[in-house]
Amino acid sequence: MTLRKFLPILASVSFAACGGGEPTVFLNGAGATFPNLIYQQWIIEYNQQVDGVELNYQSIGSGGGIRQFTDGTVDFGASDAPMSDEEMSAVNGNVLHVPTVLGAVVPTYNLPGVTEPIRFTPAVLADIFLGKITKWDDPRIASVNPGLTLPAQDIVVVHRSDGSGTTFIWTEYLSKVSTAWQGQVGTGKSVNWPVGLGGRGNEGVTATVRQTPGALGYVELGYALLNNLPPGHVQNQAGNFIEPTIESVTAAASGAMNSMGPDTDFRVSLTNSPGANAYPIASFTWLLIRREDGDAAKAKALLDFVWWAVTEGAADAPALGYAPIPRALTPWIADRFEALTAEGATVWQRPAGLAE
Amino acid sequence: MAKRSRTAIVSRVTDGAGDVVFQGILTAFAAVVPLLLLGLLIQLTVSAWPTIERFGLRFLVSTTWDPVADVYGAAPMIFGTVFSSLLALLLAVPLALGAAIYLTEFSPQWLRTPVSTLVELLAAIPSVVYGLWGIFVLIPLLRTVVVPPLSAALGWTPFFSGTFQGNSMMAAAIILAIMILPYISSVSREVLLAVPNSQREAALALGATRWEAVWTAVLPYGRAGIVGAVVLGLGRALGETMAVTMVIGNRHDLSFSILEPGYTMAATLANEFQEMSGALHRSALFEIGLVLFVVTIVVNAGARLLVWRVARGSSAGSRAV
Repeated sequence: MTLRKFLPILASVSFAACGGGEPTVFLNGAGATFPNLIYQQWIIEYNQQVDGVELNYQSIGSGGGIRQFTDGTVDFGASDAPMSDEEMSAVNGNVLHVPTVLGAVVPTYNLPGVTEPIRFTPAVLADIFLGKITKWDDPRIASVNPGLTLPAQDIVVVHRSDGSGTTFIWTEYLSKVSTAWQGQVGTGKSVNWPVGLGGRGNEGVTATVRQTPGALGYVELGYALLNNLPPGHVQNQAGNFIEPTIESVTAAASGAMNSMGPDTDFRVSLTNSPGANAYPIASFTWLLIRREDGDAAKAKALLDFVWWAVTEGAADAPALGYAPIPRALTPWIADRFEALTAEGATVWQRPAGLAE
Repeated sequence: MAKRSRTAIVSRVTDGAGDVVFQGILTAFAAVVPLLLLGLLIQLTVSAWPTIERFGLRFLVSTTWDPVADVYGAAPMIFGTVFSSLLALLLAVPLALGAAIYLTEFSPQWLRTPVSTLVELLAAIPSVVYGLWGIFVLIPLLRTVVVPPLSAALGWTPFFSGTFQGNSMMAAAIILAIMILPYISSVSREVLLAVPNSQREAALALGATRWEAVWTAVLPYGRAGIVGAVVLGLGRALGETMAVTMVIGNRHDLSFSILEPGYTMAATLANEFQEMSGALHRSALFEIGLVLFVVTIVVNAGARLLVWRVARGSSAGSRAV
C-alpha cells in the first residue's frame, strides 16, 4: 500500500476513534448489463462527492440480478425487465422498482444506396420478423417510404442469439402491435424466431448487419448512436414516424405517465406509448430496492444514492447514450422512498422545496 | 530373473511407513479425476432432470426450441455440433496430414522448423479472433467468390441448396477446420518423425518411389498415432464455442445444406445461459450440457476403440511383412 492511499485510512481510523466520523457503509448491487455504463459512472461520481459510502455494482445480467436480490446476497438488484408476479411473491412483495434511465431498441439495416432513413410501421416490422415480408421493395414498405427507391433485395433478419433485455423489449413491442406475433412467438429474453440469423450481443448483431447486404436487425439506442448505425424511424401510436433519439425516448416515458398515475409501482411497459413525439420501442430499466430493510444505515445510504442518481446524476445520461427519466417522475419516486422502512421506521425525507 | 530381483527390491523398500502414506496420497490423487467426472455427470443429470422427465427422448429428436412456450428440443444443436465437426475434419485432415507428410518426408531441412512453427502458431490465436476474421474476411469472401459458383453448379444437391446469407454452417466448418489444423498437423508430424528410418530405407531398397515409401511403409506404421491426432482435432471441434457462435448464424434449424445457418450445443449454452427465462429453460440448458458431455465421451471412446483396432491391425501387418 502506498503512503498516499494509507494516509486517508489512517485519518479515518483516528476520526472514528474520536467518534467524529461515521463508519463507511458498503452497498453491493448486481444485475442488468444494459445500464452498467451509467451505473458505474454514477458510482464513481457519487463516491467522489459523498463520504462514508462505498458502492459496488456487478453487471451479471437481469436474471442474475433478480436471483441475487431474491437470495439476499446483494443490497440492491437491477433489471431490464420488471420482476414477474411470481418473482415478486418469492420475496413476499418486498421490492420497489425504481426507474433509473430509459433504454430503447432501434431497428437498423444495411441497404447500400439508401441514404434517407427508412420508415417502418408496427405491422411491417412484425411481418418482416415473422417472415411474411421478405423483400425490401414490398409494397407495404414502399407505401410509407414514398421518396425512397428500395431494391428488390431479400430482407435478412438479424436478431440476438443470447438472452437479453433488448430482445425482451423488442418482442414485447411486437407482441403489443401484432396479434400474430403474440400468438406465434410471444415475449421473452430468448424466443423461437420464425426467421433470421442470430448475433451474439449488440456487437454481434451490428457486425452481422454491417456485413450482410439487405440485413435488418435491432440494437440498443445507445449502441446505435455511438456506432452511427442507420436508425429506422418507427410509427408511434399517434401515427407519427419517430426518429429514435434521447428526447423521443424520454417522451415515451412522459407519454406513459398519464396511464401510470402517482400510485404506480413503476412496473409499466413503455412500448407503443401514447404521445405525439414518443418513440414507441422504449423501456425503463429498474433498480430493485427492498421496501422494508433490516439495516437502517444501509437503507438510508442506498436511497440517498438512488435519489442523487435520478435527479443530479440524470445529467450524465445523454452523453452515455441513455435517456433520462422525465423530471415529472421524480416526485413520485420521492413519495415511494418516504414510505420505505428499515428496522421498523422510515429512513428518508424528500429534500425541502420538492413538490409533494 | 530380472522380475524376481525387482520384487525383492520393492519389498525391501516398502518396509517404511512413509511409503504407505505416499501410496495413499497418490491413490487419492489418481481417484480425483474419475470422481470429478462422475460428480459432473451426476450434477448435470440432477440439474437436467425436469426436462428429462418432461420431454424424455423427444428432447433429442424435436426441432422446436421455444423458451416462451417452455418447449425444448435440441435436435438442431446436436446435429449442428456433429455436422460442423465432421465437415471441419473433412477439410482439415487432408490439409494437416499433407502438411505433416511434406514436412517430415519431402521438405528441405531449413524449411521444416519455420513452417511447423507457423502451423503451431495457429493454435495460439484466441478463438474470438478467428470469429472476427470469419465475420469480416471469410464470410464476405464466401459471399462474393466461393458461394455463387458452388450454388450454381451444385445448388440441386441438398448440401448446397437454399440461400446463402453469410453466417452459415459452411463458414463455421471452415473456421473450425483452420482451428483444429495445427493440432492434427503437429501431432501427426511427431508421429511420422518417430517412424524409424529403417522403414523408409527398406521400402526404397525394394524399389519403391518416395511416394510409395510414404504410402506403404511410413503411414501404416504411424496409423494409430495419426488416428489419435484426428481424434484430438475432433474433440476440439466438438467443444469450440466462441468462433462458431460468431459465424454459424445461431438458428435452431436442422438442414443438410452447408449454405444455411445452424447451431451447436456449445454455442447455445454460451448464448442462453446468462439470461434464462425460467427453471425449465435452465434445466433444458443443463440437458444440452449433459448431451454434449455424453456425445464427447462416446466420440472419444469410439476413437479409442478405433486406435486400438488400428494399432492391432498395423502390428499384425508388420508381422506379416
